[in-house]
Amino acid sequence: MAQNNSNRYYIILGALGLLLALYTFHLFRLQVLNKSWKTKAEENAIREKTIHPARGFIYDRNDSLLVYNDAAYDLMVVPKELRNFDTSELCRVLDMEIVDVRKKIEKAKKYSGSVPSLFKQQISKEDYGYLQEKMSEFPGFFVQERTLRTYPQPIAAHILGYVSEVDDQDVENDSYYRMGDYIGKSGIEKAYEPVLRGVKGKQKVLVDVHNREVGPYNNGEDDVVAVPGTSIWSTLDMQLQRYGEELMSGKRGAIVAIEPKTGEILCLISSPNYDPNLLVGTARPKNYGKLVADPEKPLFNRALQAAYPPGSTFKLANGLIALQDHIITPSSVYSCSGGGYHLGSHVVHCHNCGSLNIYSAIQRSCNTFFCRAYYNILSNRVKYKNIDEAYTAWLDYMSSMGFLQQFNTDLPYELKGRIPTAEYFDKKYNNSWNGNTVVSMGIGQGEAAVTPLQMANMLAVIANKGYYIRPHVVRAIGKKDSLNTQFSEKVYSKIEPRHFETVLQGMRQVVTAGTGRGAAIPGIEVAGKTGTAQNPHGRDHSVFALIAPANDPEIVIFCLVENGGFGATVACPIASLMAEFYLNRKVERTDLEQRMKEMKIK
Amino acid sequence: MPKLEPYNKLSKGFDVRLICYYLALVLIGWITIYSTCYIPDGSTPIFDFGQPYSKQMIWIGTSIVLAIVILLIDSGIIQHYAYFFYLFCLLLMILVLFIGSEINGAKSWIKIGGFSIQPTEFMKVATALALAKFMQEGKTANQRRYVWLAQFALIFIPVVVALLQHDAGSALVFFSFIILFYREGLSAEFLVIGIIAAILAVITLWLNETYSIALITLVFIGFMVANRTQKKKLRRNVIVYLACIAFVFSVNFLYVHGLEPHQKSRIDTIMGKTSDPLGADFNLNQSKIAIGSGGLFGKGYLHGTQTKLNFVPEQSTDFIFCAIGEEWGFFGTLVVFGLYAALVFRILKLSEKQRNPFVRYYGYGIAGVFAIHFFINIGMTTGLLPIIGIPLPFISYGGSSLWAFTIMLFCFIKLNDN
Repeated sequence: MAQNNSNRYYIILGALGLLLALYTFHLFRLQVLNKSWKTKAEENAIREKTIHPARGFIYDRNDSLLVYNDAAYDLMVVPKELRNFDTSELCRVLDMEIVDVRKKIEKAKKYSGSVPSLFKQQISKEDYGYLQEKMSEFPGFFVQERTLRTYPQPIAAHILGYVSEVDDQDVENDSYYRMGDYIGKSGIEKAYEPVLRGVKGKQKVLVDVHNREVGPYNNGEDDVVAVPGTSIWSTLDMQLQRYGEELMSGKRGAIVAIEPKTGEILCLISSPNYDPNLLVGTARPKNYGKLVADPEKPLFNRALQAAYPPGSTFKLANGLIALQDHIITPSSVYSCSGGGYHLGSHVVHCHNCGSLNIYSAIQRSCNTFFCRAYYNILSNRVKYKNIDEAYTAWLDYMSSMGFLQQFNTDLPYELKGRIPTAEYFDKKYNNSWNGNTVVSMGIGQGEAAVTPLQMANMLAVIANKGYYIRPHVVRAIGKKDSLNTQFSEKVYSKIEPRHFETVLQGMRQVVTAGTGRGAAIPGIEVAGKTGTAQNPHGRDHSVFALIAPANDPEIVIFCLVENGGFGATVACPIASLMAEFYLNRKVERTDLEQRMKEMKIK
Repeated sequence: MPKLEPYNKLSKGFDVRLICYYLALVLIGWITIYSTCYIPDGSTPIFDFGQPYSKQMIWIGTSIVLAIVILLIDSGIIQHYAYFFYLFCLLLMILVLFIGSEINGAKSWIKIGGFSIQPTEFMKVATALALAKFMQEGKTANQRRYVWLAQFALIFIPVVVALLQHDAGSALVFFSFIILFYREGLSAEFLVIGIIAAILAVITLWLNETYSIALITLVFIGFMVANRTQKKKLRRNVIVYLACIAFVFSVNFLYVHGLEPHQKSRIDTIMGKTSDPLGADFNLNQSKIAIGSGGLFGKGYLHGTQTKLNFVPEQSTDFIFCAIGEEWGFFGTLVVFGLYAALVFRILKLSEKQRNPFVRYYGYGIAGVFAIHFFINIGMTTGLLPIIGIPLPFISYGGSSLWAFTIMLFCFIKLNDN
């Protein structure tokens, strides 16, 4: 039966050949024509990880650490790689509800199938260790290392600022950021964000079928190394900052201390404050809500964002302008009698100081003297044609000393303060006003409202006898001795240096024999000025301006305690204690210190 | 008892080409097995006898010894002991049912010491030999009525035992002897019936039995109308019609009740009824990704990510083609396809030239076995066929299959030489 079937040899050859051709074509399609398998293989095996660099540290001026990082771990999910896993086990480990797990996965799926999404932020170290071992049971999940800000001391929250997850706006504004990244949102963290954040790295790793990372892809040749953030040295004196915060506890107000020669802010206190550690990690949203809702407004930075009537400390500026405009000389005498400065029926009260020159006027904080001086500045028709011109010239002097502006250095949001323009008064008084109409500004009351920072800066102008350096909070970037020179320019006021000698002498007398005797520190020549700022909302604010040592100032301090009453009772001792602490590194007046720390002002 | 041949006759006319194809495939196999075990960090020494590639070296070495022994013995011995060999292997297969150990769901292995052997692999060569011998005797004995039945019985006995072992893949392999039967005169009607059955089965599994019955009925009505004058044909039409419907129902019944859930889902996947690339179809999908991502020239030897990172299952055995496809690309595919085509076509050509029918029967038998292994294995790794676990001859890791295929091929080389 065989021989006659030999033609079937060819049929069999043909059939097998045809099948082989079909297979070859199929393989050609699969391997050569269809490119999608290549992508799928890469999605399978290559996981692109973002390496988040450690954020730069922040030190104080004496090398003490203010902010550093702690390791944190985020659980990420890649929806495409998800397979059936033990949901209840994951819920147990992460302490989550099954519903939330499903929701999160759905959300991640909507965002992207193959791009990792944040599944749970900042899982604990214990959970991290556990998950790392069990990763093969949870395909599609992986843990990404992050860093969290940590503050060894619970101080300077306002000035350091905080870091939080980027919002849609941040992502839109800067392509560097991806959802889930962190960004400095305020304070130094915001101002120095590009320096502190470093540069994100990219790493391609090979992941095996069990979701284990087995090594770098392509020997790491495509990887981009993360550049850690640069550390910066703040101008703050951590110990002074902490001391000031302790003194201000239980009180509302602000203290700004500046090193006048450099414009470096030594401390910047806004009270009440909060522990910066509260705004870190997963507890952040809850704590942030609490702080926002707090009626004491701890998030509000009074040192920069509150405009206060400066009270009598403003007399220093007006005295300088009067001297500069030749309204008075150091020996000019005004008389104070009849209970104050009379404006028709209205009286700016004073204490019948008698006849006094500017030294005594500062020493005794004579309202009459400075009202007269201010009135005469605005009535100087030799130099200025009319009240508008005179007032605008005065404003000009003020802004040359740093008022009416933001310094725009590296501080969080600053208020410009409010001192009205001539046009404002023209309108208000229908073009019929004179020096007496606004005379209360001569003694730091009325329409003038300035920030504690601006007042401290004015003190720096006095201490420097004519100029200031814009106040800033960062000294050095990268290395402790690589000074931050971007703000080192001297800004000169329109007041000649000799006039500052006069005012400083007056301020010296305030402490030796005047209203601020409580500011005296044994062994240090302290100059100061008290202030009692009237406040329509309640008790007067207690204000004190301090310069020390008077002959070669190293520190200027402006202290304002809301509703503290007389300048001499609260602000003066606090400022004095701080100056003592800063200059001597110890405080001998421990009784006073104790009393001020314990004082509560509601 | 046949006498041993004198040594000087050795290698006189052995087909060098077949030996070359064999060595090339075995070499490709070892290189690929090494690659599937390779760990990029360098801890992959050539000699590590816990590793498949080192074990495969032993299998290759012993296979070559086996091959030489086969080439040395009298070809008469092969023919003489064909039935004995068949019975011996069959007994082992049955023994496995009782003392065998299960690997991947199939109870088809006997553990001896540290090694496992799979008698089914040897049964394939034994069946080819026994069948060849039987057909030769059947022809001379001129008992044609019973010959075909007996021949089918020789095949169906191992098929049944393999099915009892849950080794559907091996069972399927025995159907490749149809090629031999066809060559030796099996009526083409059988093939037509086979093709029709295959079409009906595919339609039933792809759509459902209603479509199949509708199609059969339509064709039946057509025939009835065409044959309306011939009573005899009408009766035959009805019988065929009923037989077809019975077939469709039995396919459906077998699918619903006879298959394991994973087998069902494999069929569903191939039929395009379900797609679950992360679940049931994970292996197939990963296998296709591996081969598909190879491109024209592959990712380079030892650089396949799918295989290195274990995305592909069973990558040194049944899915070894993934590693070739991924690392050598379409170029590698062509080389492997070319070698198998050369091997099978060479065997067929030599068989056809043979004057000794025994050798021709045997040649056609094993050509079919090689071909069906090739088509099923490549088909399953590339998504043309449901996943049926059978090795790629000479390339897949495994002692039993390499030994069995070596014996299979070298018996032919030896027989062909006479």
